[in-house]
Amino acid sequence: MKLEFDIASGDFSQAGQASSRIKKVLKQLQVDPKVIKRIVVAVYEAEVNVVAHSLGGQIIAEFSNEYVEITVQDCGPGIADIGQAMTEGYSTASKKVRDMGFGAGMGLPNIKRNTDELSIESTVGKGTCLKFKNNLNG
Amino acid sequence: MTTLTPYHAIKVDPDKCIGCTHCMKTCPTEAIRIKNGLAAINALRCVDCGNCLRSCPVDAFYVEHDNLHQIEDYKYRVALFPAVMIGQFHEKYSEDQIYQAVLKLGFTHIFEVEQPISLLVNEIKGQVREADSKPLISSFCPAIVRLIRSKYPSLVDNIIPLKVPHDLAAAFAIETLRKKGIEREEIGLFYVSPCSAKMAAVKRPLGEKESVVDGLINMKDFYNRIMQVISKDQVEDTSELRKHLRRDGILWSLPRGEARHFKQKSMAVDGINNVVKILERMENDNVPDLDFLELKSCHQGCAGGILLTGNRFLTVERLQKRSKRYPFIGEDDLGCVDCNAIEPTLKGEPILPNYVFALDADRMKALEKLQKMDRILCQLPGIDCGACGAPNCHALAEDMVQGKAKMTDCVFLQNRYLNENKIDVKRATRNLENTWGQNRFDADCNKKGGRNEGF
Repeated sequence: MKLEFDIASGDFSQAGQASSRIKKVLKQLQVDPKVIKRIVVAVYEAEVNVVAHSLGGQIIAEFSNEYVEITVQDCGPGIADIGQAMTEGYSTASKKVRDMGFGAGMGLPNIKRNTDELSIESTVGKGTCLKFKNNLNG
Repeated sequence: MTTLTPYHAIKVDPDKCIGCTHCMKTCPTEAIRIKNGLAAINALRCVDCGNCLRSCPVDAFYVEHDNLHQIEDYKYRVALFPAVMIGQFHEKYSEDQIYQAVLKLGFTHIFEVEQPISLLVNEIKGQVREADSKPLISSFCPAIVRLIRSKYPSLVDNIIPLKVPHDLAAAFAIETLRKKGIEREEIGLFYVSPCSAKMAAVKRPLGEKESVVDGLINMKDFYNRIMQVISKDQVEDTSELRKHLRRDGILWSLPRGEARHFKQKSMAVDGINNVVKILERMENDNVPDLDFLELKSCHQGCAGGILLTGNRFLTVERLQKRSKRYPFIGEDDLGCVDCNAIEPTLKGEPILPNYVFALDADRMKALEKLQKMDRILCQLPGIDCGACGAPNCHALAEDMVQGKAKMTDCVFLQNRYLNENKIDVKRATRNLENTWGQNRFDADCNKKGGRNEGF
């Protein structure tokens, strides 16, 4: 079972659609609510990241009996220092983005906190690929 | 918690229902389907919000209630109604006139549900102080509690496990009468309900073992009876019966009535469709830092209850005016009554999730069903017309994978199958009649619906 979502850059009003749809599927699979919450929070953060920082991207969710695997691929500036980006409170978000209530520098740390496995690959000037995986049985 | 068949106060009158799509389209949990030309409610999904009743053009939904004659079985007959009841009456009727009319109907005692509100306020404040995970969600509206259990199971722990106010009020009434030497067995406690959700909560309470009320009265029925006997003359003073009522109590069931006790760190949302949007955000951890969330299924809170008469905004206006005549809650609001005796009645049992939206308890099977749904959705037109008897294409696909519907229920697919000579016209007609009833496709100038609808 696979779901794909295109995420447009700068369209904050649409952020949350992928996580809502993924949430609905997880509920239909009767996944424990606490497990759902972690996944949904991580996907939502990833969605906002694509909207706020990239030039657009895609989220793919693959569901199996035991796991959900999320791939977030974007075109965009890429992350120069991943270690720094993983630090709570570190943000490169513009003032405009911050004024909308985003860009507090909690995105990637929050994703890490809410996922079982996380890998980030990024090439400056090209884009970022984020992969994470959560066990559906907690 | 034991599993019982869910009880719902809302029923469909088969003689009145014309099998249109209004209720089906407005149901927030997609609990309604049209079968054989009639609306059928899925009891597992229904949360008793009453949207169907509001949207019905022919008034085919009704709310089950007890007969007022039942009060005659008791020596002491207590009318227990929420303060919102008074808000329905035109300003020309005084509270004394309304109270006197209730006594005329045969009741010996009158209690407004919100009288012991100070106990509730203190208890909720205490729970909010001690909570690890905030915001706490009010358990005041039974439709919201049911909605969260089924659709937002991750949030059940945020619901404050308290009994509904009418149970506390019943305990308060019984305790007050006990002080006067009246035994419980002699009392008939009749709760006048503003909505179907509270009716269902009384019959089959959530978060508590059994309800303490002896009978249920439909507020619409009650209002009509009061209007038949109400006096327009000066009547005797009944204010003694309202001496424990406070401003906070009168406002409790209105928007922000609960939230106002938590100042800025609270939010109040009314209208079930608005509530759904907030709960979705809350699941995503995407709400501001709040202590308390007041959620009410009806617009304008209980003033918009489906069993109230008149305009909800006028009702709110009158109640706000009325509340100003009463003091705020204070220390010894309940006077002679022993608070220790009724406080234990406040706490309910924890509320557990109810996974009615899961496709299958077995994850492998659920995944297969999801994939099947995806394939079916490729075939469906995606215009959500409702002609299949399900509210939208997605719901039809779900019904199909659950074995409750078939491909030919979709009129678009059926047309394709006809063109491809896969089925004949006779069978196609029969399929449609299964959903919409016999003779549904004949011309009939007198049929209800269409031009006869009351819009």
